[in-house]
Amino acid sequence: MGTFIPNTKEEQLKMLNEIGYKDFDDLFKVIPDEAKVKGELNLPEGLSEIEVDRKVEGLAAKNVIFRSIFRGAGAYNHYVPSAVDAISNKEEFVTAYTPYQAEISQGILQSIFEYQTMIAEITGMDIANASMYDGASAAAEACWMCKDRKHSTIYVSGALDERILKVINTYSFGRESKVVVIPAADGKTDKEALKKALADDPAASCFLMQYPNFYGIVEDAEDLCKITQDAGAKFIMYCQPLALGALKSPGEIGADIAVGEGQPLGLGLEFGGPYLGFLSTRQQYMRQMPGRLIGETVDTRGERGFVLTIQAREQHIRREKASSNICSNEAWCALRAGIYLSTIGPQGFENVAKLCSSKAHYMADELEKIGMKRCFEGEFWNEFATTCPDADKLLAALEEKGILGGLKLCCGCCDAGCDTDCILWCCTELNTKEDIDEVIAIAKEVF
Amino acid sequence: MKLIFEKSIPGRGQDIFPACDVPVKLPEVPLREKKAHLPEISENEMGRHYTALAKRAHGVNDGFYPLGSCTMKHNPRINEKMAALPGFAKLHPLQPAHTVKGANELIGELEKFLCEITGMAGVTFQPAAGAHGEFTGLLLIKAYHTDRGDTERNEIIVPDAAHGTNPASATMAGYKTIVIKSNENGTVDIDDLKAHLGPKTAGLMLTNPNTVGLFDPNIMEITRLVHEAGGLCYYDGANLNAVIGIVRPADIGFDVIHMNLHKTFSTPHGGGGPGSGPCAYKDFLAPFAPGLVCKDGENYTRAEKSIGNMTGFYGNFLVMVKAYTYLLTIGKDVHTLAENAVLNANYMQEKLKDIYPVAFDTTCMHEFVIGLDPIYRKTHVSALDVAKALLDYGIHPPTIYFPLIVHEALMIEPTETETKETLDEAIEAFREIYDRIFNAPESVQMAPQTTPVLRLDDTKAAREPHLRYTFE
Amino acid sequence: MIDPKELKYTKDDEWVRFEGDEAYVGITDYAQSELGDLVFVNLPEVDDEVVAGEPFGDVESVKAVADVYSPVSGVVLEINEDILDDAALINNDPYGAWFIKVGSISACEDFMTADEYDEYRG
Repeated sequence: MGTFIPNTKEEQLKMLNEIGYKDFDDLFKVIPDEAKVKGELNLPEGLSEIEVDRKVEGLAAKNVIFRSIFRGAGAYNHYVPSAVDAISNKEEFVTAYTPYQAEISQGILQSIFEYQTMIAEITGMDIANASMYDGASAAAEACWMCKDRKHSTIYVSGALDERILKVINTYSFGRESKVVVIPAADGKTDKEALKKALADDPAASCFLMQYPNFYGIVEDAEDLCKITQDAGAKFIMYCQPLALGALKSPGEIGADIAVGEGQPLGLGLEFGGPYLGFLSTRQQYMRQMPGRLIGETVDTRGERGFVLTIQAREQHIRREKASSNICSNEAWCALRAGIYLSTIGPQGFENVAKLCSSKAHYMADELEKIGMKRCFEGEFWNEFATTCPDADKLLAALEEKGILGGLKLCCGCCDAGCDTDCILWCCTELNTKEDIDEVIAIAKEVF
Repeated sequence: MKLIFEKSIPGRGQDIFPACDVPVKLPEVPLREKKAHLPEISENEMGRHYTALAKRAHGVNDGFYPLGSCTMKHNPRINEKMAALPGFAKLHPLQPAHTVKGANELIGELEKFLCEITGMAGVTFQPAAGAHGEFTGLLLIKAYHTDRGDTERNEIIVPDAAHGTNPASATMAGYKTIVIKSNENGTVDIDDLKAHLGPKTAGLMLTNPNTVGLFDPNIMEITRLVHEAGGLCYYDGANLNAVIGIVRPADIGFDVIHMNLHKTFSTPHGGGGPGSGPCAYKDFLAPFAPGLVCKDGENYTRAEKSIGNMTGFYGNFLVMVKAYTYLLTIGKDVHTLAENAVLNANYMQEKLKDIYPVAFDTTCMHEFVIGLDPIYRKTHVSALDVAKALLDYGIHPPTIYFPLIVHEALMIEPTETETKETLDEAIEAFREIYDRIFNAPESVQMAPQTTPVLRLDDTKAAREPHLRYTFE
Repeated sequence: MIDPKELKYTKDDEWVRFEGDEAYVGITDYAQSELGDLVFVNLPEVDDEVVAGEPFGDVESVKAVADVYSPVSGVVLEINEDILDDAALINNDPYGAWFIKVGSISACEDFMTADEYDEYRG
């Protein structure tokens, strides 16, 4: 029924005849008969736009939209300024592809160049690439970047989100490199264990930590950086980008690579994707970087312009020796991140980090007052884990009121020795004091 | 044009965030000292900045975009509208399963459609793009061999005409790439394939139709030979648009395939992404599939011998919504996409081949390749020059210098959503450029002349890399 | 450009200059002109072994990359840091811009003289 093919059947037949074919069967006779589908595919009849709209809206309506969200754990409910949608939905941005032909693609190229600059700025690093698929795959690629002939073992913190670890492990199954998890103690990387592991392994290539970590704790990154680099390995920081409005940046800490999930930068929750992996590093590792890079140059008149550059690292030129196989990336998400950061500006960048932190600390204090104690001692930014007498009961009670509570941690995730359930809470600038007080009130009712 | 940083004035900005309604508190840890340089700009100025950038971009909505291998077809608006529904866009990926039943039902329905189209048994939506799907598929192959204790297989066979992602993906999966030659017809050289098959063969990666736009007539024999050697067959679905509804990869002997939702299934390319590269597989590979899936609306499960995860959550969900919307629209008529795509390509090929040397003069599928080498040798006008000349006609150039087996290649894929008039205009432009090549070659070599910038210095960009704006 | 008579040449378009027991290796004028403007080179590390007929590094132009093969087997004594900083030197002076200096030479490829090489690439 529905179709986006402009030519009518009559026009098609005319075109076929004009170039010497009787009909479509004649055109497709280059395909051996034995390879062809016999009969019709078992697919439904096509639908009109109104029918499609009705059906898909029906599916959307089966999902629950929470009015108040206290869950993070890798996907964060930050505000998306109206300008981000309005601007990014311009069809020139939506329907273009990778800017292979620079002269006709300056808009895309410049927007990515600006994005690269902004990512380098917020992470405090020298340079950033044009984007990766998501935070987890960016982390896996960052680990691979550190591998050389003599160094291949990947070390990661036990306080890393297990979803990220899983992707690193999956990538490593392919490349057959060893991944070692340094256990967490009290919700933080065990520094002594890290020191010892790196000292015993001349093949150590990198150590990756999360900042703040999965439990929300802001670990002593400077110390971990020093331990790692003293052992001759590279230090990778997986960051929540909006936390960097407050916390010392990877560049200031001395990290070799900063990666992370760019979703907080103007992307919605979107049931997990498309998100945005960002990756920034020091100048000296430019050629080890995966993915597209946009560079500045001049045209024949000396006017400034932008092009895809240092492409000889990439799969379409270096093929099996490429730094990565990545081709399509998340350019449109990167565009949104650029618009987001331009909208909030330097002041907003500081502000939002402060708001998230303040709300989370208020909530932690209030939960503590009703007996839900923090699982770990360390300092936190906008996520924190607490005990809970019965997490399922509380979360169900919140859900009934349209509130998505924190994430129940499976026991064993936290080794704080707590004998009750644990919940990982998250606050953003969207959680008002009223919202938080409401959660506390419901919790009081439940227990 | 100025960069957004050059339009920034200290003190300007936009009010987005409210005052803090709780006591202000930051963690007691080392805090940031060096401020991030971000633009300070009003909403109006920022809007104009990006509007100016949009005017300097070319999307499918701006004009003809015959970029070979990329399937730049029309991106229906209804797809965008559906993906923006709050019932999808506002879902947290870690919401309880019973609160996302519609989303998981959609994923399940889309899986069914794609299984029917490919003939496969299951689909994982974990991969975020085509290359990511290739990597996933190769890991499934690897897990399969490893699971059987067949650990000597460390070679992946790839034809010389393959996309660069194929060998790069093989390396990521820990395989050695074995390149086999194309024969004089542009398809797989069976003898060379036979010579390289053996106990080390883990699999073959093939695009069919291949990158010169030809359907391999020996496809059944090729997949049989690979299987006889103990290898598996991987179908690079980049060119699925040519045969959708007409050939099913599983029926012609392929075991695993990725599809590009942003090519065949009409989701937009976004200036380079996001795409989505779901990977479909036969039954015996199902135990190795990555990711968590919710089939019953209540519980998330993982395949018993799962390779793990390719992305943090479930892949690029909103792109899946768009592809699902598209398939609801097209329904069982998917073969009409292939028909018109192939017709359009052959129409253009036929109308250009008297002057432009086509690499293989036969019925092509959804794309065809011009090898400009003979003209280049005579005139020093290159494929790059012709591409740049097309810019002045408002046409996005074809893919150039690919595939590598054709010198001075121009790879043209009109797609099914273009009218005969658009094709005729493009043919006219190509023919006019041809005349200029011989009558005024320098005008082609100096092109473009009407774009916001003229030809850019790629060498300077690579020799003196400036990958970011430098603040004073 | 005239290919210097005192050098030896390979079919893969490298040149060798022997100095005593050691050899300097680079790429020929023909090779650099075929590749076009070079933007980067990848070189081995000092003390790495190189094998005659096997790649020891590569050269990048904007849109291509090509392996550079070692004409001799031996150990890398020195690498030319200048071309790492500025690959254009190879375009400007292919016979001055050596890539590596090799010692402990144990084997050589079949070499051509300058005249034979001119004939080969003529």
